[in-house]
Formats: sequence, C-alpha cells, structure tokens
Amino acid sequence: MNKYQGIMTITSKKELIKDVYEMILEGNAASYITTPGQFINIKLNDSLQPYLRRPMSICDYDENHIKIIFRVVGTGTKILANKNIGDTLDCLTGLGNGFTETNYKNVVVIGGGLGVPPMYALTKQLIQKNINVNVILGFNDQSSIFYQKEFENLTNTYIATMDGSVGAKGTVIDVLKQLPAFEAYYACGPEKMLEALAINYPDNGYLSYEARMGCGFGACMGCSCKVKSKPYKRICMEGPVLLSSEVIING
Amino acid sequence: MANLHVTLPGLDMKNPVIPASGTFGFGYEFARFYDLNLLGSMMLKGTTLEPRYGNPLPRIAEGPSGMLNAIGLQNPGVEAVMNEELEKLRPLYNDKVIANIGGSGIDDYVETAKRLSTHDMVGALELNISCPNVHCGGIQFGTNPSMAADVTRAVKAVSQKPVYVKLSPNVTDIVEMALAVEAAGADGISMINTLIGMRFDIKTGKPIIANKTGGYSGPAIFPVALRMVYQVSQAVSIPVIGMGGISSGQDAIEMMIAGASAVAVGCQNLIDPYACVKIIEEMNDILDQQGIQDVHEIVGKSHQY
Repeated sequence: MNKYQGIMTITSKKELIKDVYEMILEGNAASYITTPGQFINIKLNDSLQPYLRRPMSICDYDENHIKIIFRVVGTGTKILANKNIGDTLDCLTGLGNGFTETNYKNVVVIGGGLGVPPMYALTKQLIQKNINVNVILGFNDQSSIFYQKEFENLTNTYIATMDGSVGAKGTVIDVLKQLPAFEAYYACGPEKMLEALAINYPDNGYLSYEARMGCGFGACMGCSCKVKSKPYKRICMEGPVLLSSEVIING
Repeated sequence: MANLHVTLPGLDMKNPVIPASGTFGFGYEFARFYDLNLLGSMMLKGTTLEPRYGNPLPRIAEGPSGMLNAIGLQNPGVEAVMNEELEKLRPLYNDKVIANIGGSGIDDYVETAKRLSTHDMVGALELNISCPNVHCGGIQFGTNPSMAADVTRAVKAVSQKPVYVKLSPNVTDIVEMALAVEAAGADGISMINTLIGMRFDIKTGKPIIANKTGGYSGPAIFPVALRMVYQVSQAVSIPVIGMGGISSGQDAIEMMIAGASAVAVGCQNLIDPYACVKIIEEMNDILDQQGIQDVHEIVGKSHQY
C-alpha cells in the first residue's frame, strides 16, 4: 500500500512579492512524491473551518522537503500565510499524475503567474536528464514577477509581461512563436493561457490544470472534465497534467 | 474488544461502518489507502442505466463545517459498473457491497435494479430517490410519498436483493416518506441525503456552483440527520442506516443512539481518506471505555427519552 498522508513542519516562510509566499515543509511525506507536477492537499488546521483541504502545486521537493508557493486569495490561503515556522500541517502528498513524459531532447517550459511554481522542479529534472530547455514565464507586470532569478540560474529564461514592463510585451505565446523549433512543451498557468496553447500548439503539449476539488484523490468526482481521449478525466487523478491533444476548449 | 458485528437485510457486516455513496467511488481506489476488508460494507457510486458525465464545473463549494456538491450522478452506466468497475473491486474486497441506483424515471430505476441485483458481489440495493443535482427524476421521487412508494414497489418487484431507500431531508415530513416506502416493501432506509444549498460570489453575484444549487453535507448537517433518524427509526420497523456529517467514532455512536442500525460516512472520506478505519477503531474504543459489550446495546438508546 502506498503512503500519502503525513504531518509536515513549516521550516521556512518568505513573502516573495506582495501576497505571494514561499514555504518549505519538512517531513517524510515528501518522499511520497514521484514526479514534478504532482500536488499536495493541506488540512489547514484541526477545526472544521475551513472544512476542505487546500490543494497546492509543488514547486520543488526532495526526500524530506516540499517547497510550495501560493498567493493569498481567500480565507484558506490567508490562514496558511499566517502560519509560523514550527507549525505543523496534515498533508496528503504525491497526489495526481504529474509531468511523466520526458523522452525528448529539446523542450519549452511555460509558466504563467501562479502556474510558475510547479515548473521549477520540472525544469530542474529535465536539465538533469540533459534535455535542452527554454523557459518562458508570463506575468501581468513587473510587480507580479517572482522566481525569475531561480529559473535563470537553471537555464535560458524569457519573461513576458502584459504591459511590457519587463521582457517581451504580450503573452507567453508571443514569445513561444519567436523560439526555434521544439519537440514538446510543458505548461501551467491560467486556463485561458492553457487553452490558447492547446489551440496554437495542439501537439506534444503537457498542460497542468487546476480545479476546485472536494478530495484531491479521485473520490468525489468534483473535478472531472471532458476530454477527447476518454469520457472524462479527473484533474486530481488522471490530471492535473492533460495532453494538449485531448483537452476540449470550453469543455 | 466490543462486538461490532451487525446483520442487516442482505448484509452480514463485521462492523456497522459503511462509506457513503458518492464519496468512495467504486471502492477500489481506496485500496491504495487501506485494506477494504476492514469495512462493514460499502455503498457504490450512484449508477444509472446509461453513462452520465454529470454537471459542468465548478461542482464543489465550501461552507461552514461542510461542503456543497453538484456532481450530477457522474457514472459509466450500469453495464460498465457490472463488467468493469466491480471486476476491479473483486480482488480487493470479499464482502457484499450496496449498489446505489439513480434514475430519471421508474423504468430506469427498474432496469438498472434488475441488472445490478443479479451481481454476485451486490448484497443489497440502495435506491437514490433523493439526488438534488439531477434535473429530472431523483429528488422528485424523494419529495413525494406516493411517487416514492411507486418506485420502491416497482424496484422491489424485480430486485433479487433487499432494497434500501435513501431519503431526502428536503421534505416537510420525513416520517411520512419513510412510512410510504416501508409500506411499498422497502427492506431498509438510508438517510439522510444532502440538504439543498447555494453559495454566491460576492463580487459578481453568480452562484459558485455551475448547477447553481448543490447538496450540502458534512458536520454542519449532523444534528439534522440525528433528529431525522431519531424520528424515522421510531416510526418504522425496518432498519435505518444513518448518515449525514459523521466524522468520528463518537458521531457514529451518537447516530446509533439516535436509532441507526448501521452508519454511513460520507464527506469525511474526502477530508481524510483513512476516515472509515479510524471511525471503526474509535467506536470500539468508546464502547470499551463505556463497558458496552455489543454495539446493538446502543441502537435507539435515545428512544426512551
């Protein structure tokens, strides 16, 4: 039987930009993660309020640590941001089907806004496998940029901002169109970005989605979406990574 | 070690704890968390005659101590459930399951029940006449006593296994509903299904759930469920499987004190995939602490008051 649940301790907390936090969690539940792109589901406290766990993407991990990056958008993320170093969290880890297909030589990694974090561990792993990686990170403006340096330290990184304040003006797709040919791409970001990618680049794309989830492990069917390859896929189980060739736009 | 063994129509259970329909898929997916044979039984995901994708997303919203869902009876249809889903469960589970049946008309219920009740792994049927999230059928049967009786009678006429009817709390008089299905031949009652609710986005005014309304469940509805089980279990002579917000062994004990012969755990499986096994252990500990030898001793213990 695989293990999923563990108590993790917050060992580091830092506000990267306004309302966006990076947190490192320590505990052996980190060892249940098998691929970049998987996620963790956090019970924020022992009370019934908030009731549901909060799914979070995994920015980076090793055998004993998980790094998450999140933006404070509501009650749950506010509670998490107010946690202190030393506080513990009940976590289900290693959930979902991450970026498993990496049999390529030349790829592009694309992150948009709060879709940037899970692309970090992926990029590291792709580079370790001697795959040539170009990274494109898309943000609204200069004030919303984070992890630029971290990615630049790994590989060739392009920035796109909607207002042109840093890097190229426009979307990640505007940058992608300028890049030399690539075999495959990996992306996480707003649904509109993923849809635009799937329309413009329908082949060999691996798109990581988010959804409102009840459980995060396939039980409630709260996050099922229609796909071309099957009647449906659950974002939490068969996803969060779906193929660009199978997603149904506005499905 | 208290005796937790419970026998109900069609079900010989080593303990009274059953994961509730819709929170446990077709069971096999929880085998990665624990040995399914620890469970009393399990209620399978609601099954309809034809495959159903269900409602558009978002299907989930949160509330104080509970959650709202509008899945819309997503399921692969009765044939796939019998030939594929139950076959995946077979090597993982030795006891009988409870097959939950949904439909949009009496004929659907009858045809689905006829087929599922022949399956060797199915010990009993649970008739879902209370799904608030499908637009035709489901809850109409669950809010009208004569329609509830009609569908119960029709299913009983074809089913080779005992039939439990799952009641909706969204009625004025749940005892009237219970008496109607009992008179129509139901072998047992399971209750309660979810309470219909809504949440809105305060900026746009738009309902959070795409289906607009959803079914509310979780600890928030536990006292409502207790009250209804207390009333119904005293009015009928068939067994009641109590559910609605059970999250701990203490809750399960309290539900049996209200009059339930067994309990189903729903939402808590979603918060904690290990919930059912923890609840079984906790129940045993509480009974031991209280010096109670057999779980039957507490069933309906509140009825003297």
